[in-house]
Amino acid sequence: MSRNSIRDTFFEECEELLEALVEGLSSMEQDPDDMDVVNAVFRAVHSIKGGAGAFALDRLVSFAHTFETVMDKVRSQELKVTEPLMHLFHRSGDQLADLVEAARDEREPNAESEAAILKELDGYLGEADKDESFSFDAVTLDFGAAPVEIAEDGDADGEEAALRSFHIRFKPSPALYANGHEPLLLFDALAELGELRATADLSGLPEFDAFDPNGAVLAWTLRLETSEPETVLHEIFEFVESLCELDIREHDGLKPSPLAPPPDLPGLAPPPAPLDFDEPAAASDAAELRADAQRGEARGPRPTLRVDLERVDRLINTVGELIINQAMISQRIEELELPAVAHLTNELEAYKLLARDIQEGVMAIRAQPVKPLFQRMSRIVREAAEATGKKARLVTVGDSTEVDKTVIERLADPLTHMVRNAVDHGLEKSDVRAAAGKEAIGTIRLSASHRSGSVFIEIGDDGAGLNRARILEKAIEKGLVLPEAELSESEIDNLLFLPGFSTASEVSNLSGRGVGMDVVKNAVAALGGRVSIASSPGAGTTFTIVLPLTLAVMDGFVISVADQTMVIPIASIIETIRPSQRDLHAVGTKGVVILVRGAYVPVVDVAFNLGLASARKEAGEGVLLLVSTESQGLTALRVEAIHDQRQVVIKSLESNYAAIPGVSAATILGDGKIALILDPEEVVKLQPAAPYFPAITPPKLELHHA
Amino acid sequence: MLDANEGPTETQFEFITFSAGNQSFCLEIMQIREIRRWTPVTKLPHTPDDVLGVMNLRGAVIPIFDLSARFGLGVTPDNERNVVIVAAANGTTIGLLVESVSEILSVAKSSIQETPDMKSDAARQAILGVISVGDSMVRVVNLDAVLDQEGGAAA
Repeated sequence: MSRNSIRDTFFEECEELLEALVEGLSSMEQDPDDMDVVNAVFRAVHSIKGGAGAFALDRLVSFAHTFETVMDKVRSQELKVTEPLMHLFHRSGDQLADLVEAARDEREPNAESEAAILKELDGYLGEADKDESFSFDAVTLDFGAAPVEIAEDGDADGEEAALRSFHIRFKPSPALYANGHEPLLLFDALAELGELRATADLSGLPEFDAFDPNGAVLAWTLRLETSEPETVLHEIFEFVESLCELDIREHDGLKPSPLAPPPDLPGLAPPPAPLDFDEPAAASDAAELRADAQRGEARGPRPTLRVDLERVDRLINTVGELIINQAMISQRIEELELPAVAHLTNELEAYKLLARDIQEGVMAIRAQPVKPLFQRMSRIVREAAEATGKKARLVTVGDSTEVDKTVIERLADPLTHMVRNAVDHGLEKSDVRAAAGKEAIGTIRLSASHRSGSVFIEIGDDGAGLNRARILEKAIEKGLVLPEAELSESEIDNLLFLPGFSTASEVSNLSGRGVGMDVVKNAVAALGGRVSIASSPGAGTTFTIVLPLTLAVMDGFVISVADQTMVIPIASIIETIRPSQRDLHAVGTKGVVILVRGAYVPVVDVAFNLGLASARKEAGEGVLLLVSTESQGLTALRVEAIHDQRQVVIKSLESNYAAIPGVSAATILGDGKIALILDPEEVVKLQPAAPYFPAITPPKLELHHA
Repeated sequence: MLDANEGPTETQFEFITFSAGNQSFCLEIMQIREIRRWTPVTKLPHTPDDVLGVMNLRGAVIPIFDLSARFGLGVTPDNERNVVIVAAANGTTIGLLVESVSEILSVAKSSIQETPDMKSDAARQAILGVISVGDSMVRVVNLDAVLDQEGGAAA
């Protein structure tokens, strides 16, 4: 394992620890007296510090140390958790994340905020804590049985508690080293708890020529005098317990008897009396370990495997090809028109199901809960609230909802932007809220859910709602709307998505970066999703993002449009209608509506809208697909025929060409030909645009990272 | 690649020559992935005339352009000898329909001349330089320019 990959692993673990930290801090806010949570937060900071020490990231180490020292005071109940302290912890967490990121990208962290936070943290520390000399010297391990004596400088905390003596027998397995753990760091952590004596047991060392550098032969016997309870010792070994043989016993007058004596090396101090580990004890240890392991399964995190994303993607692509290949084989066999062969049909069906199972399994590998993404937003809310002088809190719902990893990654920017907007434009200042009889603290609500084959992500605020008069005024001012245009409320709301639209009457340092909601819309559209707005005056605004579950496959109807085979997502179709002439009515010279359960629904000719047919066919021909669009509600799409329903592999058109209006992607059919996948929403919009909606080519804007 | 300010090294460049719109063009061999027979493509709605459609190339969707139409030389007539040159640049793969492919040309850098001054800017952009072969002139296609003119809003 190269140093670099260990370093990568460290940063990956940091990500997880930071997530745990943010999560712990928000739980702490709910219940500051829950010691388990406080311990979890402390552990997260502590683990980051430990890892950073191994990579000599001094700045990170010293910040984490100060942070954890304050946290420790909360743990030992010397400090009460107050609102300002909680706020400081949040900011410290953000700063820690920044330091980790800086260390990873090898750039300079934000020294200004670091200094400010350190100063505040120091304010919570007594003199005794600060005097604690603190250094992380790299110690080289000699291959000798020298007892490493690590005594700690006077730690003023907990001196009154009775000292207890623990004996620890620790034998790492090769996996412990392979995972990048380092016994020395564990011993350092132990040494922080009290007086530690460590003795290495070299009896496992083989002859030199039989030495396996990847093996693990060393074991240690440690003796620790500390006032801490045994659980704290277990916490130190928490991450390695499954990777070593570990036995911790409190020494209460047990007669220690020697274990295999270490080889007598000259010039060494005699080892401390080791503990007796006789066979029966070992057997019971094993039983205990097993029991531990079982308990661990019940409560600990489930074992995971880190896999290079490229491998998964290769697999996904191959599986996609497999699905296409399966469709081809089915089609070829059908073309052979063999005499009825039931077993062949059965086997083909089984093949199809297997291929689908594999595909679903592979897709599930990429699916991840949105939780980390949502948690990141709490920082955005805090920072945005601070920058605008407002009070805001974040509430998340459904953060266990799983979404494709790529979707999560590509959602981060638009979501950040929208959350910032919600605080900046959505929420009112506390005094205004109070005057309106609302709670002084505004709430930003993030929710995720699966509904009808799509992922719904909502960003809501309980602010003043959209100021429609102001939006319209602004749009007219910017020449986006004709002054005499009559717009419905939802049309006004949708003006926000026009390029170059910004409504903040005072440009705060958050907005005014020249990035509008149009960029958000484009980013979401690039994921095959849509954004919509719902707002009610005085009660707030909610943006809803609807996304496909995965970016790689979908269930579609294979249809004919102007003699071309195309695919339309089943998820978007409410029902299919064979129109009868009596239900069809002409409106004006071009429009046709159909009566569906007492409501008139506009009929849209797909071929005509795509420019593939020069004239509209009789509306009564073909099949109508009833879809619900955001721009014009229920609409019936007219196509020539529906052939088949099948799962198709989505292939991007944009990777080699550009986006085509009305077409979301392409797929490859069983005969190797390409079929276009239609986006009903866009197909409907291809009708002659309304006068107030000038043709604007979307500018090539990128979302800025603030 | 063809860089105007490279040293006076006499490296040999290899080009594939082909004809499109009754003119002869060539592409640097390193940019060409393969040469295929013409097979019917899937048309795209609302695209300019020089975009013939998309084709399946081993699981990837690649657009096929009519090179002659792209250079404003008229639509390539149907012909037994029509081929599609699959070329790639900057991670984008496209297919170019041409009338026929002729030969491999190996020339020193110094024999590639600047494009003569012409009124048409579009034509100049599409051509990196010219090579004279015997008594005819071969135009070096600037693949990046072909890719760039795709239009459409890349989100």
